[in-house]
Amino acid sequence: MVKFPEKTVADLNIGEKGIINTFKDPAMSLKLLEMGCLPGTEVTLDFIAPLGCPVGIRVAGYHLSLRKREAATIVLKPNQA
Amino acid sequence: MKEKKVIALLGNPNAGKSSLFNQLTGLRQKIGNFPGVTVDKKIGFCRLDAKTDIEILDLPGTYSIYPNSLDEQVVLEVLANPQHPEYPDVAVVVADASNLKRNMLLFEQVSDLGIPTILALNMLDVAEEMGISINSGKLSKILGVPVVELNARQGIGIDGLKYTILNQLESKKTHVNPPILDEKSEVIASEVRKKYNISNKYLAMQYAAQSPKMMFLGDDAQKDLQALVEKYNFNADAFQSAETIDRYHDISGTLTQVIHETGEQKETISEKIDKILLHRIWGYAIFLSILFLIFQSVFSLAEYPMDLIDGSVAGLNDWLKSVLPDSVLVSLLTDGLIAGVGGVVIFIPQIAFLFAFISILEESGYMARVVVLMDKLIRRFGMSGKSVVPLISSMACAVPAIMSARTIGSWKDRLITIMVTPLMSCSARLPIYTILIALVVPDTKVLGIFNLQGIALMGLYLLGFFSALVAGWIMKLILQSKERSYFIMELPTYKMPRWKQVGFMILEKVKTFVFEAGKVIVAISILLWVLASYGPGSEMEQAEKQVIAANPTQTQEELASKIASVRLESSYAGHFGKFIEPAIAPLGYDWKIGIALITSFAAREVFVGTVSTIYSIGADPEDESTIKERLRNEVNANTGQKTFSIATSFSLLIFYVFAMMCMSTIATVYRETKGWKWPLIQLGYMSVLAYVAALVVYQVLK
Repeated sequence: MVKFPEKTVADLNIGEKGIINTFKDPAMSLKLLEMGCLPGTEVTLDFIAPLGCPVGIRVAGYHLSLRKREAATIVLKPNQA
Repeated sequence: MKEKKVIALLGNPNAGKSSLFNQLTGLRQKIGNFPGVTVDKKIGFCRLDAKTDIEILDLPGTYSIYPNSLDEQVVLEVLANPQHPEYPDVAVVVADASNLKRNMLLFEQVSDLGIPTILALNMLDVAEEMGISINSGKLSKILGVPVVELNARQGIGIDGLKYTILNQLESKKTHVNPPILDEKSEVIASEVRKKYNISNKYLAMQYAAQSPKMMFLGDDAQKDLQALVEKYNFNADAFQSAETIDRYHDISGTLTQVIHETGEQKETISEKIDKILLHRIWGYAIFLSILFLIFQSVFSLAEYPMDLIDGSVAGLNDWLKSVLPDSVLVSLLTDGLIAGVGGVVIFIPQIAFLFAFISILEESGYMARVVVLMDKLIRRFGMSGKSVVPLISSMACAVPAIMSARTIGSWKDRLITIMVTPLMSCSARLPIYTILIALVVPDTKVLGIFNLQGIALMGLYLLGFFSALVAGWIMKLILQSKERSYFIMELPTYKMPRWKQVGFMILEKVKTFVFEAGKVIVAISILLWVLASYGPGSEMEQAEKQVIAANPTQTQEELASKIASVRLESSYAGHFGKFIEPAIAPLGYDWKIGIALITSFAAREVFVGTVSTIYSIGADPEDESTIKERLRNEVNANTGQKTFSIATSFSLLIFYVFAMMCMSTIATVYRETKGWKWPLIQLGYMSVLAYVAALVVYQVLK
């Protein structure tokens, strides 16, 4: 079976939506969970800061800013075909 | 028993907690310290009814009781310790109604600790704009605790909240919904409960999960609890993670019953503004323009009130000297005290302008965008975007700025921020910059609108900023740390600044400057007057006689200024200055400036006061011109040229950009880093930098 690289929040384009699946980094996930980024929650990529980092996402009805490296720890559910 | 019942205000950052605090307490507030930690304790007082006065404790904003920074740790220290003097009788959790789900997490945790809780729904107007309506009556019924609707900005619902607090003090309702524990956790919880005599199961779990962050437990208990955790191989992170997911699940279930959302999500005004302010070109252009605007107005607008103050102080001294008899006391009053105080008061307009801008940037929500814009740039220099707030605040004062670095979670980022923050030019340097720039930079317009003096001022600030970056970059190379840093940060919606809040902050900061800095300045001014008016033995009298003997043909008036100058030279102050002159001569300073350098070691703002005292003593007493004119006419006795030449003035300016001359900052760094190591390193590197840079500037421009 060919394993596709998992899609993360860092891979989203501006305006694109995704559903959170899991987290790659357990320590970072604590803070993300606390901020309402739960598995099953929809996120939208809002903006990418002028120098490519940090990025802004819309989650649970508000705006959250995080670094690209941090966004890359949030794994999204694979798109349904 | 405590004298007064304590009500703690809790909530997420930006939920409107400080608005509510101000509404409840008015001006009856004070800032103190929590024992053992350096986080400011904001308390205020409020009268609920004729016989009930309560104390309101404003705790730092946090998203949960699991702290990620020192600021947030205070919340845990207070809430997890029922013996704490500020342990609340009732907790009011302020929640942003437009984002209730996330705000409820903290509410559930606080309530589960067994503290009687009130949920205060704030910003309902914002929620309404977003098409969210909340049935607070039903929510209260489900939660089993009072739910109050508020508009803290406008002060609506405050009386209702007071009434509810009064009731809660009696009925003590809590919403108990502890996380479901697995078998292992149950065993640990019961062991902790037995050992520490805790009735609340959730609190017992906090002991197990977070003991390293609970300083109140003491070393022994912390070690015991760690041993317990190891014995059972308890995974605190997994517990926290499961708890958070559980709670959000529960909260979602509750909120679907009480929240009614209408319509599609529209693009909000904040989102539209962000499109421009976070734009890859406009974002930076606007940020730079805002900074530029701040410096232009600090310099040019503040000039009018400052000239007015400068003139009035000189006028007052003239008048006092003309009506009062010529005596030692009058001289102390005019040349010592009033000249010194005048040197403080004159800078109130600039400090007020600077703090006004900083407070507007914070209030409006723009500061968080600046953090986003700057993060990637500033990360190369060993700091994080969050360091921008301390760096910008330190343009006002390094002391609160260094304290605000507590919000930075990573120790390395925070340490570097603390170490370089004093390089940013604070308001105490402003007096020195203003005077010296006015002496050597012409007051002309460039390109029709920009004031050349304003540009010079901005240049000095930029110099401080860039040197802070370089220092950070060097420290990043030296300091090694495996610690990870987070950036994850909420972007608050844009808000109109509350002008009352802005005014309040200006008042508070100006008051602090005048009284704290003023105390030192006045004391040193008086000391200086004594040192400058008296000398060892009868040296001063002899010097005076020599001058008279050497110039028998000159008139009284011509002699007066010569006498004044030789008297100062042979005074104690003169001796001090002469003593250090060899060390500072390569920088272009004479012994008079030397006196000012020594006195300003405690606080740099003393420099101007000292200079004005020294030169008013050395000058002809009949000539009571303003400080600026007096300095402009000053002649260096060694070279015969103007003392404040271009080379000397710029050398002094550069010296003060870099020099760490502030006792309060050193003391603050000592407190924040818990030791003398870092403040001493800081003092050392900044002093060397200042001396070398000033030396180079003088030698090149000479």
